[in-house]
Amino acid sequence: MVNIHTILPVFLADEKSFGDGGVLAEYAWLIVVLPFIAALAITFLGKKMPYGGAEIAVASILFIFIYSFALLILNISKGVVNEFYVQIGSIGALDLEFGWVVDGLSIMMFFVIGAVSLMVFIYAVEYMKGEIRYTFFFTSLTLFAGSMLVLVSSPTLLQLLVGWELVGVCSYLLIGHYWEEKKNSSAAIKAFITNKVADVGLMIGIIMLALSAGTFRISDILYKATHGHESISKIAVVAGILLFIGAMGKSAQFPLHVWLPDAMAGPTPVSALMHAATMVTAGVYLLARMFPFYEGVAAPAKELVLLVGVLTLFFGGCLAIVQDDLKKVLAYSTVSQLGYMITALGAGAYTAGLMHLWTHAFFKALLFLGAGSVIHAVGTNNMSEMGGLKDVMPKTFKTFIIGTVALSGLPPLAGFFSKDEILASLSHEGYAGYFIVAVIGAFITAFYMTRAVVKTFFGEYRGEGHPHESEQLMTIPLVVLSVMAVVAGWVNIPGIYTGFTSWVGTRGIAIKEYHPDSFDLTAMSLGLLSAVTGILAAYFIYIKFGNAETGDEKIRLQPVWKILENKYYLDDLYIKGIVDPLKTQVARKVDKFNSKVLDRFINTVGLATAFLGKIVYSNFDQGGIDKLVNSVSVGTDNAGGKVKLIQSGRVQQYLTLFLSGVLLISIIIFVLY
Amino acid sequence: MNIIPILITAAALFSIGIYGILVRRNSVMVLLSIELMLNAVNINFVLFNAFLRDVLLQGQIFSIFIITVAAAEVGIGLAIVLMIFRNRQTANLNDFDLLKW
Amino acid sequence: MSWYEIVSYLILFLILGTGLRVVLTSNVVHAAISLVLTLAFTAALFLMLSADFVAWVIVLVYIGAVIVLFLFGIMITRAPLGRNAELDNVNKTTPALLSLGIFLSMSYVLLTSFSGEVNVIQSSSIEEIGLILLGRFVLPFEIVSFVLLAALIGGIALARKDVALISEDQI
Repeated sequence: MVNIHTILPVFLADEKSFGDGGVLAEYAWLIVVLPFIAALAITFLGKKMPYGGAEIAVASILFIFIYSFALLILNISKGVVNEFYVQIGSIGALDLEFGWVVDGLSIMMFFVIGAVSLMVFIYAVEYMKGEIRYTFFFTSLTLFAGSMLVLVSSPTLLQLLVGWELVGVCSYLLIGHYWEEKKNSSAAIKAFITNKVADVGLMIGIIMLALSAGTFRISDILYKATHGHESISKIAVVAGILLFIGAMGKSAQFPLHVWLPDAMAGPTPVSALMHAATMVTAGVYLLARMFPFYEGVAAPAKELVLLVGVLTLFFGGCLAIVQDDLKKVLAYSTVSQLGYMITALGAGAYTAGLMHLWTHAFFKALLFLGAGSVIHAVGTNNMSEMGGLKDVMPKTFKTFIIGTVALSGLPPLAGFFSKDEILASLSHEGYAGYFIVAVIGAFITAFYMTRAVVKTFFGEYRGEGHPHESEQLMTIPLVVLSVMAVVAGWVNIPGIYTGFTSWVGTRGIAIKEYHPDSFDLTAMSLGLLSAVTGILAAYFIYIKFGNAETGDEKIRLQPVWKILENKYYLDDLYIKGIVDPLKTQVARKVDKFNSKVLDRFINTVGLATAFLGKIVYSNFDQGGIDKLVNSVSVGTDNAGGKVKLIQSGRVQQYLTLFLSGVLLISIIIFVLY
Repeated sequence: MNIIPILITAAALFSIGIYGILVRRNSVMVLLSIELMLNAVNINFVLFNAFLRDVLLQGQIFSIFIITVAAAEVGIGLAIVLMIFRNRQTANLNDFDLLKW
Repeated sequence: MSWYEIVSYLILFLILGTGLRVVLTSNVVHAAISLVLTLAFTAALFLMLSADFVAWVIVLVYIGAVIVLFLFGIMITRAPLGRNAELDNVNKTTPALLSLGIFLSMSYVLLTSFSGEVNVIQSSSIEEIGLILLGRFVLPFEIVSFVLLAALIGGIALARKDVALISEDQI
């Protein structure tokens, strides 16, 4: 039974008016369902098509982009808040519903996903040309887009969980695309397992919330949370922490960030799409969706959020300095920036965190695609084999520079505005210590990005290949994304235009946060200062007083460098502490139990069945039924053998029989009648 | 005279003929027994002719025909027995069983 | 009981006796001669039933020709002359029972169906028979003559020695 009904929220604190989205919102399920249909189409038709199914993928993403753009325009002009539910079952009093929610937050996510996916898909058509399993790649990529859309459009925690897990599966498939090399399949498993560990927290949190609130519906839970329902407030803090643990896994927060650098083993378009712009932002999205919950009853959980976010921000950034692999630099950079977003949300800065998500998606995807362009041309990930590419690959170079500047946070590019908002919120809320750490983080960010740029594009070419500029299908997305990297920040300029705030604030439940009406000058200046200092420091170390190769030696402060190179020995800790004991002790015991007990049991059952079958066969089938059937034929044969003896060829015998018959008949007719 | 004894006699003769056919081994003896049977039939025909006082004497006429046909049949039968005897050197009926199964 | 009846019973008895002799004896010649006697006594019976012509036809045709034919047949097929125990089949009970059964059923039917007397007043003349034979029954008469012709030709054709085949190189 399908019940589709909408809820017009009755609890909106802002006087801002909004609409119900009309037809566009009603049919928004198309953008969620379409990728799955496209994935199916690619599976069955892809191999026969000229571009191996990529056409279907790009077409579906294009549709999503256009639709989400239309929704965005609608939201900007009129505001959209609407929710649709489809009931698929129920457990006792708890209803299991799926559906789609169309409000400011989800529309923003739709647009981010649509836009970045479109660019990445077009890029991947060229980048993955000639690679193995081309069609399957696009199937997985489209599936991933669909899963992410399921996640961000979910009005119930149940659907959120489904989307969460789906995204994890697609991540596994895509990271392990080149699974012929053990390193890649191990990375995929690492990503999946690390996420799964965190998902335990998520699931427990969801179950707690759902049982206490009596429903999976997010809007109902938020309503109950903000209106002081006893059932929710009792478990709010614990549930909040647990949900955040789930977010930690997906958004690669310290110490569960270990999977993200290894995930760079996947193809670069995957890194660009999933591990920069979309999948890793799922944790941020979760916190943003549950923001009233965290602001209200679960407020103590925010302390943990803030702490973890700041730790991540700092430690992630430090790790980026020591990397030789270009993609790993960007991976740690993503970890660090995700830390910024989590910090913002932990500090109660809803708009700042989402703004950074928005801008980061564009310039990080740009940086990844640019790195992919370089790697495609040079054939290696290691920066020690690159260099001097700025003249050979001008477009890539220019767009990469734009991305770097945006990430470093220099005006008027996008990163400046979003990072500035975070710093402003931190200082406003009074978190002085965290504020300083964030500022240092800005320094580190600028430093490692400049280092990466110098090592890749400046100096002499240290490699052995013949690099050349990439094809148009790869450079056009770079250009488009670089334009977005420039303008994306202009949607929320404090004091001048704060459209973004109202976009994402258009929700069924009021978002109470601090809205600065002008620039916080302290924060802004400190942020700018640290960014510029970082760039200059890198300039001096790697260009002025050294070159790309030797620059590292100057800053190799042991034992800090060693610790950083070994990633804080976290991986060793995890492997020796958790994985190995499980693998050797527990797994071995389980295996023994499996083979000795279970297998033996099953084998016995099998043998017994075979024996029984043999008995039945020989006794019933052969002895019984076959004998019966055979006896019919043998009996007929015998009877025939006996009957044929009548035909002896002797006339007198025939006559005897004949006359006996005559006698018999005559007796019957003449005598008995 | 009463017809019943004569009828019984004819029936008895017929049965004796049957016995003879089934018992005798020699083909010529069998033909002999067939003559007995035909003779019994003749008695019947003539008897009923007399009993019914048939104006057309059909019984007797038919009896003449029977005798004629019997004579022809014996001629042919013996010719056949002769042929077989030439081939097989035996007139034993039990040896002529080529139509055996 | 008049002489007529005594003589008729005697003749009947003799017919049966000689008939039995035909099938029971182990001497083939005796069997043939017994048949002669049976036919003779049948002719006598016919005379008593005022069927003169038929009676003499029997004597003429049957005894005069058929039996002679039989005797020739006996001789040519080298039937063992003299007393011979191998003349009969081994199994005699079934035919005996069969013939007995047939006799009994027939006599039962006859006894329940017929009764009456035969009064012989005058015997039929040859003239009458001739007129009927060639008058009303001329068609069967002609057909029977054809039968005789066929038997004649067939007998000759069957029993003559094989003519040597024309050798193929003479064609």
